Amino acid sequence: MCGIISVIDRSGSSMDGGAIKKALAQMNERGNGEGAGYAVYGAYPDYKDYYALHVFYDNLAESKSAVEAILEQWGHIEHSEEIPTYEQSRLKRTQIPWRYFFRPDASLISGGISNEKDAVIRIINTVNTTVNGALIFSSGKDVGIFKASGWPEEVADFYRIEDYEGYIWLGHNRYPTNTGGWWGGAHPFNLLDCSVVHNGEITSYGTNVRYIESFGYKCTMLTDTEVVAYLLDLLGRKHELPVDLAVKALAPPFWDEIDSMGISKKELYTALRMAYGSALMNGPFAIVVANSDSIMGFTDRIKLRPMVAAEYGDRMYISSEEAPIRIMEPVLDSVWMPSAGEPVIGRLRR
Amino acid sequence: MGEELVIDADGIHYTPLNKMIRSAAASGVKKVILNNVCGQRFIANGLKCDGIDIEIHGVPGGDLSMFMNGPEINVYGNADHAPGNTMDGGRLIIHGSTGDAVAHSMRGGEVYVRDDVGYRAGIHMKAYMEKKPVLVVGGQARSFLGEYMAGGILVVLGLGKDCPVDGRGVGSGIHGGAIYLRNVAPEDVKAGIGAKVVAADEEDMAVIKPFILNFCGFFDADPEEVMNSSFVKIIPSSARPFANKYCWE
Repeated sequence: MCGIISVIDRSGSSMDGGAIKKALAQMNERGNGEGAGYAVYGAYPDYKDYYALHVFYDNLAESKSAVEAILEQWGHIEHSEEIPTYEQSRLKRTQIPWRYFFRPDASLISGGISNEKDAVIRIINTVNTTVNGALIFSSGKDVGIFKASGWPEEVADFYRIEDYEGYIWLGHNRYPTNTGGWWGGAHPFNLLDCSVVHNGEITSYGTNVRYIESFGYKCTMLTDTEVVAYLLDLLGRKHELPVDLAVKALAPPFWDEIDSMGISKKELYTALRMAYGSALMNGPFAIVVANSDSIMGFTDRIKLRPMVAAEYGDRMYISSEEAPIRIMEPVLDSVWMPSAGEPVIGRLRR
Repeated sequence: MGEELVIDADGIHYTPLNKMIRSAAASGVKKVILNNVCGQRFIANGLKCDGIDIEIHGVPGGDLSMFMNGPEINVYGNADHAPGNTMDGGRLIIHGSTGDAVAHSMRGGEVYVRDDVGYRAGIHMKAYMEKKPVLVVGGQARSFLGEYMAGGILVVLGLGKDCPVDGRGVGSGIHGGAIYLRNVAPEDVKAGIGAKVVAADEEDMAVIKPFILNFCGFFDADPEEVMNSSFVKIIPSSARPFANKYCWE
């Protein structure tokens, strides 16, 4: 189970969070009230050159000063504030969401850390593995993740999601199956630019985690989805695979399909499967990944989870069902079902 | 209540919606028209009632007409996953496409889809005594069509398409019933494990003809053009195709 809805306005025009809240709530049958969340790109125009670090604190007495010490050691906090929230009767507030607009100090970047993004990832790993009661769950520039344990409407109202505007939105309605629902385990998962929402389960999780942790990533959120964010960061940002090829590494063609390909494709896909055998994801899944200029959806190779795509003018939608798209846009130019294992991509026109 | 009931389904949850349909059926309404349907699941689930027509305008949610026996439903829009799930009798006519697993475990009645269907259409359809479910698809099906099929008739016409199935594993695990595909050479069917592909003969054509005529009537297709095409049939490769696969005797 789990419900996904996502939209990109390819002209870069902003949409507020009101429509996606209604669309996500339409799929309440796909959730159980233990997790919902939203990602919005274009959220922080006033601070768009700073990494927006969203942190869940258990309490402010112990862990906040430890996190801030780490941030100040590595760079500069331009602005810090509690994320505005509004009491909801049923939503139990177990975390205090805080945000920092942060810039790593270039002069401190050395010793195996060659750039700003690696420095931020290192800070996230340090905080999430060493500071009790603190979790950095959102770290992109001009990106915000808003999530909690609750139903989609409650979580949206808790953060007043309609007050935010952006050109990409992801929404996720969670039905946790293998681990309990908690705030950090709600989707979207984010690392820097990349946000992931996921329906299904990754049965190859053990193999994938061993592989990704050998590159220095740390899985701390007690659920399988975060490994997808890290795999895409590794394959896309670090190994510089084009995004459609990265998807083909995670959900590759079957060997019998590779056997029937022409020689150059055959060599490419054979090499890809050999090089990224441990990144291959098994199990039923439908995933939408966003970064600052696109949204991309793909499913497992044998299509064990649903995915629908649609277009209306500049807007492109990817969702678990057609109805939530129709809630956001009653009349569509086109609506279709992407093929299993094939990425469907909506890109900003720049 | 009169002969006809019109319901504006905008914003109504499926539970009260189904209650309205049931009470209409119980009080002798002959036609129920649902307008502005958007994502409501389970419409007409378990409804046992002959002589009632239901018209759905919009996009119904998953498991439409599950366990239903008797009514005729017309959907003017696309259906989501598993319409006709375990349907027992009656008719479902979809003027659009469906998501995955249409006619899932269907055990009786007829489902007609004008356009395309998703993955695993007709998965585990079955038949028993006089019950023989039928699924007719006008457009194209995806992989694992008729997976684990145990009975019934599944027809894919591929009208306006290069081939009736875009995918692999046709009839994967089939152990009863038959899948008929129009306008495809037997060697081009990517049959699944335990399935074999044969040419359809005259007897087969006589079996599927009434359902093809129905399809053409519902969707204004040319019956002569459809019937004068070549068909292949996918059936179990033997009486017990999996005797040595899952059990050791």
